[in-house]
Amino acid sequence: MRVGLFIPCYIDAIYPEVGIATLELLERLGVDVVVPLNQTCCGQPMGNEGDQKNAASSEQLFCDNFENFDYIVGPAGSCVKHVRMHFDAIPQTKKVEHVRKNTYELVEFLTDILQVKEFPWATYNHKVAVHNSCSAIRGLHIQSRSEWQEPYFNKTEDLLSKVEGVTIERITRPDECCGFGGTFCVTDEAVSVKMGQDKVADYMQHEVTCIVSPDMSCLMHQEGIAKRQKAPLKFVHIAQVLNNGPF
Amino acid sequence: MSKVKVDQNAADFIYMDDIHQPTHDKNLWNARMKRDTAASGIPEWEQMRDLASQIKEHTLTHLDHYVQQFVTEATKRGVTVHFAKDDIEHNQTVYDILKSHHATKIVKSKSMLQEECDMGAFLEARGIELIETDLGERIQQLSGEMPSHIVMPAIHKTTADVAELFARTIGTDPNEDDPKQLTEAMRNNARPKFLEAHAGLTGANFAIAETGAFVVCTNEGNADLTASIPPLHIASIGIEKILPKTKDLGLFIRLLSRSALGTPATRYTSHFMGPRESGTEMHIVLTDNGRSRRLGMEDFWRSLKCIRCGACMNTCPVYRRSGGLAYGATYSGPIGIIIDPTFDESKFSELPFHSSLCGSCSEVCPVRINIAEQIGLWRQRMVNINESSKTLHYAFGAVEKVFANPKLFRLAEKAAYYGMKLTPNWLLYHKKLNAWGKHRELPEIKKETFRDWYIKNRLKK
Repeated sequence: MRVGLFIPCYIDAIYPEVGIATLELLERLGVDVVVPLNQTCCGQPMGNEGDQKNAASSEQLFCDNFENFDYIVGPAGSCVKHVRMHFDAIPQTKKVEHVRKNTYELVEFLTDILQVKEFPWATYNHKVAVHNSCSAIRGLHIQSRSEWQEPYFNKTEDLLSKVEGVTIERITRPDECCGFGGTFCVTDEAVSVKMGQDKVADYMQHEVTCIVSPDMSCLMHQEGIAKRQKAPLKFVHIAQVLNNGPF
Repeated sequence: MSKVKVDQNAADFIYMDDIHQPTHDKNLWNARMKRDTAASGIPEWEQMRDLASQIKEHTLTHLDHYVQQFVTEATKRGVTVHFAKDDIEHNQTVYDILKSHHATKIVKSKSMLQEECDMGAFLEARGIELIETDLGERIQQLSGEMPSHIVMPAIHKTTADVAELFARTIGTDPNEDDPKQLTEAMRNNARPKFLEAHAGLTGANFAIAETGAFVVCTNEGNADLTASIPPLHIASIGIEKILPKTKDLGLFIRLLSRSALGTPATRYTSHFMGPRESGTEMHIVLTDNGRSRRLGMEDFWRSLKCIRCGACMNTCPVYRRSGGLAYGATYSGPIGIIIDPTFDESKFSELPFHSSLCGSCSEVCPVRINIAEQIGLWRQRMVNINESSKTLHYAFGAVEKVFANPKLFRLAEKAAYYGMKLTPNWLLYHKKLNAWGKHRELPEIKKETFRDWYIKNRLKK
């Protein structure tokens, strides 16, 4: 199984440790991982803003970079959702179809494809809240949707519960959007910030020490707010917990 | 028409004080929670949503047939049916009926269609005295505001606001802010108006093609008084309200109030099947007002399935923080975002961008409208017709060249580290450079990117 590691642009520049943790984790699990060096951005910022014209070249480049892999794995739900569900600014060739169908978010790849049962190398002694992004819940369906009458499941929680020391605390509104929303966080600053502040208040009320998520972009926004408020919260990517670092 | 600045309006609501927005959020979140509880009591809930969606799509794709059938059957029942192609025709038709009956005092119950047509202002300008009988609508009428929510029109107000308003307008004790007492005061104020009214105006939740009957759902019983006391009943009905058969109603009645407020049904579900008795008249103004045009829009026609339950508004995290008035339109929240631009693409061009695209609206919708997807499609439409924010649009032209070229992208990353040091805006080249940092700390751009690390630790070893 040959896997192309998709490292979203903001992880490359701001959270390299998340990229390292993801790579090391997949290597530990015996996967043949390659990082295509010409990757940039999947085109989501433009696509989300309705700007298909300017999304097209990023989408094309993404497909060029990843067409020769069995699977493409990225530690970012919203970027993966964009690839899988919204890569329609370019002609839908066989190559594009292959890339879209085989691009996985890390949690679903570990759960559904690798079916990992244990992480014996990892310990994480924290009371954590899980933050699955809206894209990961309602787009990729890594968690049951609270709006639906369907049995509860949460692939992120399931993976974390296999790590020694982790205690999972469910906050009051676990699947309420935190307000990041891509460009929304700057174009609609007041609402975005209020949503983030409410999310941070929910964490504080439940006295968690750490927030674990498969989506660093939501955490970038939440952490920015928590830091400004001097709230004693740590924000980490699930790859860092499952791989036992680096933090 | 100038553009609605929904982001600024929302900011004003948030920063108004520490009470309004949090209360608004809490009340609507509670409605969502009650909805979840009500839905969870019905094992076949998801199948009901499927079926409701299918019935609506079937009806909408055979609407010519069902409109004709409805009109034939309603006429057989002694109802006078009028057609209105737009808001002006709708208002003029209602006015002409009133005028021919010398009706100058009217009571009305809630109708989003009449709101959409701005009928109140039209009639008042022609000397008609019009009283809203739904509590929330009456509050909004006395405030001179549009409804902020399609089911709870005054939900953005606190009881203190209402106490102050009623003291000023209907003479209640300004210190009395008990909701029960306020409701009672409004009732006492409104009841004589029912008796004096020359005509009663309602909307309709559902119209049945098979029988020519229509159904009005309320919790206050005000529509029943409106329709049952005055000798003239005029119902404004949008053509998309039609259902084929009476037996379809059960499904929609079960979905409507559970989705809206988490109750099994509205307290009053009244079926109107023709004029009450001799000497009374019933008129229906069957109105298009952009609906048939919307039906022809490939990306957006499914918004016509909407049964106006407001569940998408209650669940929407952005709506709960913004307040409905921020949208500057008859319909607010997620459903408003996808309907309002069909009336005026320029005025409402920013609405589709007032969303974090969380997608909860689509998942909660009882008739499975793909609301979130349509919001995305409206964004594309606004970009294509050059109505989207110019700063963002042009910026993407620049950023596209960076993302399309790996070498430029690496340079930009380094430039971000060494130079601009440090806003995530470097990703976006956004003009509102301060927007991230106003209430958030900036993340740190690392000197060594993941790619640098990978080359050093995997490729060079």
